[in-house]
Amino acid sequence: MTHSTQEWNDVPGAVLSARDIRVTLSGKLILDGVDLDVAPGEFVGLIGANGAGKTTLLRSLLGVLKPTSGTVERPRRDARTGGVGYLPQKVALDVDAPLRARDVVALGLDGGRPGIPLHRRATRKRVDETLDAVNALSFAEQRIGEMSGGQQQRVLLAHALISDPALLLLDEPLANLDPASAYDIVTLLDRLRRTHRVAIVITAHDMNLLLPVMDRIVYLAGGRAVTGSPEAVVRSDVLTRLYGRPIRVIRAEGRVMVIADDAGIPDEVHHELPAEVAGASGSSGLSGSSGGGL
Amino acid sequence: MGSDVAVASGGFLASPTVQTALILGGFVAAVTGIVGVFTVVRGQSFAGHALADLGSVGGAGAFLVSINQVWGFVGAGIIAALLMELIGVQRLKGRDVTTGVVLSLGMGVTALFLYWDTTIGSSSNAAVSVLFGSLFVVNPAVIGPVIGLSIASLVLIVAAYRWLLMSSLDTDLATARGVPVRLTGIMFLIALALAVELSSLTIGAILSTALLIGPAATALLLTRRFGLAALLSAAIAVATTWVGVWVSYESYNWGGPTNWPVSFCIVALIFLTYLAVRIGAHIHSRRLKPATEASAAPAVAKDAGRHVAEVMG
Repeated sequence: MTHSTQEWNDVPGAVLSARDIRVTLSGKLILDGVDLDVAPGEFVGLIGANGAGKTTLLRSLLGVLKPTSGTVERPRRDARTGGVGYLPQKVALDVDAPLRARDVVALGLDGGRPGIPLHRRATRKRVDETLDAVNALSFAEQRIGEMSGGQQQRVLLAHALISDPALLLLDEPLANLDPASAYDIVTLLDRLRRTHRVAIVITAHDMNLLLPVMDRIVYLAGGRAVTGSPEAVVRSDVLTRLYGRPIRVIRAEGRVMVIADDAGIPDEVHHELPAEVAGASGSSGLSGSSGGGL
Repeated sequence: MGSDVAVASGGFLASPTVQTALILGGFVAAVTGIVGVFTVVRGQSFAGHALADLGSVGGAGAFLVSINQVWGFVGAGIIAALLMELIGVQRLKGRDVTTGVVLSLGMGVTALFLYWDTTIGSSSNAAVSVLFGSLFVVNPAVIGPVIGLSIASLVLIVAAYRWLLMSSLDTDLATARGVPVRLTGIMFLIALALAVELSSLTIGAILSTALLIGPAATALLLTRRFGLAALLSAAIAVATTWVGVWVSYESYNWGGPTNWPVSFCIVALIFLTYLAVRIGAHIHSRRLKPATEASAAPAVAKDAGRHVAEVMG
């Protein structure tokens, strides 16, 4: 499959270009002809139910999984760019493994080379700066195996970021993060794609934090991908169909909330937010403080 | 096992037996200590133990065909390593059952060979030598090959240093960074096989895991830095081996009903060192605890109220 690692510049404008990706894993068709183009600086959300093939698609885009058929053109790693940065869902390392956060981040620069690393001062400074950018400098000396899931995720994100990638493929980077940390990471990603034109493809079960920054949503169902604007996809009827269970989209005070609605039957999914909910928040005295400017 | 040991007069360091033991034991301990740290990081301690058991088939078989034990151990160890790679033991991380079944077979065949060694052959010492080592009775002629094989193991580890770290972090991440993950795994298994089989020669197949894991575990209690942990582990392994040789040698002069076998002395010292460091670390952390807790407390809490998200699914 040499054609799956061509340089991206034969597709004008796109940093990532996938054509007709088909993946069969142990006899089961996971992806059935997925096309995807991502432009520099674009923020693309990848959604779908469990088992829809999100991780499989990301791994195909990354190049660690060879598709049964189809082509992927992705940025190459060279002197100018770090190619593709990847964030796996989680790493399983022994608590005793003597790999500190800063070691993991430094491996993002030179982990592919043989031999023992001898880091200059400039490299150590770059590691510190990258750790700082993801708010992880305070636990730089901790072992990765003894960190919480959220701390690990930030360190792995620093590992992906330090080589200045042109494209970031992030598998559930917000899982395990508390809302404040998740918000910080989304803000950082949004800044990176604006300042460095980094293209971002991200999977997340919780869309709420991503809704303000996503340019496009790609949703996977039945092995196929459908692309749409967040406005077109994040609707109660579309999401309910996609996930096969009631999902409610609530728009209030300029914000959008997506909730899995176990109790409700999708009677009112086509409706906008019922008035009594807005009224309830008003009567509790909260609206005056937060809703004013929106 | 002590009866056939030629304890030369003229002091500890003047004895050729001791000299051979110190040189062989030192090289093997240094390499095994370093490989041990990688073994812990890769979560392959059990594979290390399996390689020792499978290598002992060769060690026991060597007596039957009258070749030096070192070739039996190393030959069987390398074959076992390659077979484990073929079966995919590394990719089946956590499939301890498979490894367990295979290593039991190894011990069974070893038992058979050791039985034949004493019945068909005439090597009455084979069992003790294979299972519990022979640092004081090893043929000085193997010093050269042992040093060469030790260096070979070390070269493999140094060459694959970053690849090993990357692939133990995450294989996808490593592959995406251009790490030859499979080659890295093979390089490591061979380095591990060499270290474990050479330790089998010095302190025995059963005890070699102690030399592989003990100093590494001790070093990991002392430092968080990878390179430093490897060096410390090597230093601890060499020190316990040398002191063990000395204690065993001196025990001939203690006039008790028995002397103390060298493998026992080394393993006991490894364990005591680990215990001492463990207790020391425990006391140290209890003393430090109030301070660390206070400094770790201010976590990121800003904006927490502003962006409360409902998790769906």
